[in-house]
Amino acid sequence: MSLYGVPLSDSRGQRVLHPTRDEYVKTVKALLDDTFVMCADLTAVDFLTHPGRTLPEGITAERFEVVVNLLSIERRERIRVRVQVPEADATIPSLFDLYPGSEAMEREVYDMFGIAFTNHPDLTRILMPEDWDGHPLRKDYDQGRIPVQFSADFPAREPQS
Amino acid sequence: MTDIVSTIRGGNDPEQGLKPRSEITARELLREVGAVLRMSEADAAKLGDIPVDPSEDQTMIINMGPQHPSTHGVLRLMLELQGETVLRCKPIIGYLHTGMEKTGENLTYMQGGTNVTRMDYLSPLNNELVFSMATEKLLGIDGDIPERAVWMRMLLSELNRMSSHLLFMATNGMDLGAVSMMIYGWREREDVLRFFQKVTGLRMNHNFIRPGGVAADLPEGWRDDVLHLLESIPPRLDEYDVLMTGQPIWRDRLQGVGVITQAEAMALGATGPILRSTGVPWDLRRDQPYLHYDEVEFDVIVGSYGDAFDRYAIRLNEIRESIKIVRQILDRMPTGDYRIQNKKVTPPPRARIDESMEALIHHFKIFTEGFKVPEGEVYVAIESPRGEIGCYIASDGSATPYRMHVRAPSFVNIQCLPHMMRGGLVADAVAVISSVDPVLGEVDR
Repeated sequence: MSLYGVPLSDSRGQRVLHPTRDEYVKTVKALLDDTFVMCADLTAVDFLTHPGRTLPEGITAERFEVVVNLLSIERRERIRVRVQVPEADATIPSLFDLYPGSEAMEREVYDMFGIAFTNHPDLTRILMPEDWDGHPLRKDYDQGRIPVQFSADFPAREPQS
Repeated sequence: MTDIVSTIRGGNDPEQGLKPRSEITARELLREVGAVLRMSEADAAKLGDIPVDPSEDQTMIINMGPQHPSTHGVLRLMLELQGETVLRCKPIIGYLHTGMEKTGENLTYMQGGTNVTRMDYLSPLNNELVFSMATEKLLGIDGDIPERAVWMRMLLSELNRMSSHLLFMATNGMDLGAVSMMIYGWREREDVLRFFQKVTGLRMNHNFIRPGGVAADLPEGWRDDVLHLLESIPPRLDEYDVLMTGQPIWRDRLQGVGVITQAEAMALGATGPILRSTGVPWDLRRDQPYLHYDEVEFDVIVGSYGDAFDRYAIRLNEIRESIKIVRQILDRMPTGDYRIQNKKVTPPPRARIDESMEALIHHFKIFTEGFKVPEGEVYVAIESPRGEIGCYIASDGSATPYRMHVRAPSFVNIQCLPHMMRGGLVADAVAVISSVDPVLGEVDR
């Protein structure tokens, strides 16, 4: 299955397009012209610890995946666009010129995953402070822990005399 | 000091705030104006009213928030003022960021509800509903939810819409100086919350709608409680009409304030009352029906001017529509199970645990390890009081979501603020923030 020459898959009854990074803006532009006037959601997934996911033939799995959910108000339809973004060159074109509303969502993805959007007008952190180190939603980002009492590795208490 | 800190942490990201005109070049200013107003530099230049000569420094940048009382939490707005006119405005968020999407990756699907319910704390049941629906779709059981559970979900989410909009009435009144309205709105909302407390045990953050159904059946006497709400609230809505809708001061403060056009709202991805106020009849309950919304009668309220008054009137009348829906739900509430009888998802009933070792083990496993969800990814969206709330879950086949993302309506709607405030008075800024009805817990997550 394909649409605009881009592999089309079905995920639990929802249509998903898998363009490459070069086809990305072109595909989204074609969808925008085809009544998908609203960018409902833009997010990303870090597949560092789950590389063997199923993808249509011809698509190489990369570490990051940018996920865009588009909405057609006229036809009451949704479509999803998933783009593979390699770790070595974590950049992807911005959709700002097509959907100005994607601006904040792209900033959030940049903040949380460190994926840079080229041609973005204001690529700054949005949720974390400006001087924050690292990108929290990456799978290799260190998570803090609170020591739990009564667990096996809790040091035994000195006997009271 | 700041230099040392940034060297140690390696942070060299550009600043998020607005810069004064005296400190940036004309080109940088245009790019910044474009970014703030979500338009290209060329479009920003075409506006014409932006003095591009930075030496002509007639403007002032002030911070509104994050501790300002009418920013509904910890929203910070940087406003560039010329006299009393707002030229640029940039919302700066993140003061309430607690990493809830990251937390969601460490909680099982069973525990996930406790996390998402805290995002939009004014409509917690809608958050739980969208999370549960996404999980059920991944499990492939979305068609097998018992009828009673579906109607209970509808009842609760409609009552939640009422309580959320009643709170909007209260805060909108308070922000504009109608302080008695604040007390009235909170009073009516409290009535609804008292019902929630009876059903779920809690006023807020219920964790009641769970994957597979709801946590418990409706308590005895629930029908009388709902009927009491349906009788007491409509006359009070009529009082609001007398107190506010027809009142000249109220209309003067809201009409023509914070106008947004249809094209702008769609380009910015705004949903809910903001999109409907511009005349787009878009309501997911009608246009992409979920639960049994296709079987009940209700009207989608739309505005025509896209101003703050339209957004107020839409919310007020949506309470009336919700009352209409709740009446139909009362007539049609079936009997039966309130959660799916699928052993994989549903723990055994309490009585079985006393008599069966297997049931005890099963119960223990579901609550400690959770249930495994097949690999895949899914996006489910429903209509929350603030607009489209969506949940994107990517699963790797384990008992916790590999990635859980919530498309928060407030996060997107708040990006409309610069457009709505542009060229308005600083006194109207409060009315505009209030009319967007943002919940900062959801904006920052």
